[in-house]
Amino acid sequence: MSATSDTPAPKLVGASSRRKRVNRLMEVLASLAAGVAVAVLALVVGTVLIKGISAINLDFLTETPAPFGVAGGGIADSIVGTLMLVLVASAIAVPIGLLIGIHASEFAPPRVSYAVRFALDILAGVPTIITGIFIFGLLVVAHGQSGYSGSIALAIVMLPIVARSAQEVLGLVPNSLREAAVALGIARWRMVIRIVVPSAASGLITGAVLGIARVAGETAPLLFTSSIVSNNVSWNPAQALASIPVTIFTLSESSSPADHTRAWGAALVLIVAVLILSVSARSLHERSRRKLRG
Amino acid sequence: MSATAPSVGPPRRTFATVRRKRVDRIGDPGLQILAGLASVVAVVVILLLAYKVFDGSSQAFNTFGLGFVTAEVWNPVTSQFGAASFIYGTVVSSFFAILLAAPLSIAIALYLTELAPKRIRRAVGTLVELLAAIPSVIIGLWGIIVMAPALENHIEPFLHSVLGWIPLFGGTPSPFGLLPAIFVLTIMATPIISAVTREVFETVPGDLKEAAYAMGATRWEMVRMVILPYSRSGIVGATILGLARALGEAIAVTQVIGSAVSIHASLFEPADTLASRVASQFQGAETTVQTSSLFYLSAILLVIALIVNVVARLIVRRGTPAGVMN
Repeated sequence: MSATSDTPAPKLVGASSRRKRVNRLMEVLASLAAGVAVAVLALVVGTVLIKGISAINLDFLTETPAPFGVAGGGIADSIVGTLMLVLVASAIAVPIGLLIGIHASEFAPPRVSYAVRFALDILAGVPTIITGIFIFGLLVVAHGQSGYSGSIALAIVMLPIVARSAQEVLGLVPNSLREAAVALGIARWRMVIRIVVPSAASGLITGAVLGIARVAGETAPLLFTSSIVSNNVSWNPAQALASIPVTIFTLSESSSPADHTRAWGAALVLIVAVLILSVSARSLHERSRRKLRG
Repeated sequence: MSATAPSVGPPRRTFATVRRKRVDRIGDPGLQILAGLASVVAVVVILLLAYKVFDGSSQAFNTFGLGFVTAEVWNPVTSQFGAASFIYGTVVSSFFAILLAAPLSIAIALYLTELAPKRIRRAVGTLVELLAAIPSVIIGLWGIIVMAPALENHIEPFLHSVLGWIPLFGGTPSPFGLLPAIFVLTIMATPIISAVTREVFETVPGDLKEAAYAMGATRWEMVRMVILPYSRSGIVGATILGLARALGEAIAVTQVIGSAVSIHASLFEPADTLASRVASQFQGAETTVQTSSLFYLSAILLVIALIVNVVARLIVRRGTPAGVMN
């Protein structure tokens, strides 16, 4: 970010040509590395696009999976299931994450908020397959698979993302705003809800959208909590719900080319959704930074 | 904000202000308690998670003890279980993935902070971050259908013919195995390492860089003598964060690794990692001992992942100015 990084290296009069050659080589290698990363992204997204587009049509999006051995059929059940799972997970993780952020910026002494931050960092480092195992042991053993169990597992994956970004953006709200409000005699909780939270709104939304983009593509937390499903479209989270990532996973393990085609179609639907979410989160993020930092 | 402006003049005890005061008496402690409870939830979840995973593995722990960690066996028929081959698979796949991803990521970060023109910097930076957003199941799907055949038919035979004398590249090429898992993990770790490394590079003070240029250093010499030493601990921390990501990945690895219980020197052979064994076997586990053994594998993975994560965060936080890694 520093302006100096743009300054070109000064002309080296009489520098040995070996030093110049090494410098040139390293510059080329670094550029190549960036090229490789972009190429891999293009390769993966391009393949999904090319192979997926041939699988997608209106029926694919609106019909349920065909019975074994029958051609056609779609992934409507998985699309609806993913919508419900992500919706319930967000309904759990977003309010709790926001409250954690408020706790850190308005109430908690520094040591407490450090401890909570540490707990969140640890939670973010838990492999998501273990989150799935945890919810299996906690809920599925007793109550069986359900959309709620899957959503809770997703909410645990989402919580550190939402809460850490809430802590960060609420911490950026200038104290002068809080002091002005308190000086006018407003109660603290009204100050938080009417002034602090709204002025950080776009940053808070960014965190939530990033969390949603992350869990929409998660397979592992759902594998044991919401995966044994009928082929019907279900809006009821009390039953196990199908989801796009689990469907892709199951289809990718199959050996039939028709299943692979369907997997590519489902992958295209998922990747478009996730990339749209990520890109909009990024542009929101930049806008909120500009607003808060002036 | 205008909605919150109080009325001007001496406060009048109208019905509205009395009610407002009464609501405030509940609202103030109410919000504080709710916010505190939410923070407690975060702490409780992580403790409960650890308890459940260890509790679930107690039967296997009582049966096999610590010998489980070194036993290279997974036999549901005779109920003999051990973790050694999965620990080996986890360590080898993550190690080689990081060996590839770390230099690549450092080079990307250098390109983005020192070389790229402003406009390209934004575009390429965005693209690298989008790579991190691609769901792992899609990378795995691409890995099975596109990458694995290419590896089996072209890259592995080539590596075998040139470097076959190294045991790593011995054995027969196959579509499933450690090598595709390594490449998949490289793809997943690179965006993380390069994003953190880039932020660390951006904290290098401009006057240090200018001083190096003023002494007649070339750009590479400046990188080698200023940027890299200055950000050393940040780079190490970023690399360990990438390692944590690779260690815990279950889905994409399950799709390409081939699920085999064996310890081979060859990277071409099918294998399994802790996470991928849990992902592929948990649903079909037939006995309580097998389920408990899978919990035991999860417990081992949890301990490894947590240690690696905490170490990474401590290194990054201590080695860099405040702000990065918040």
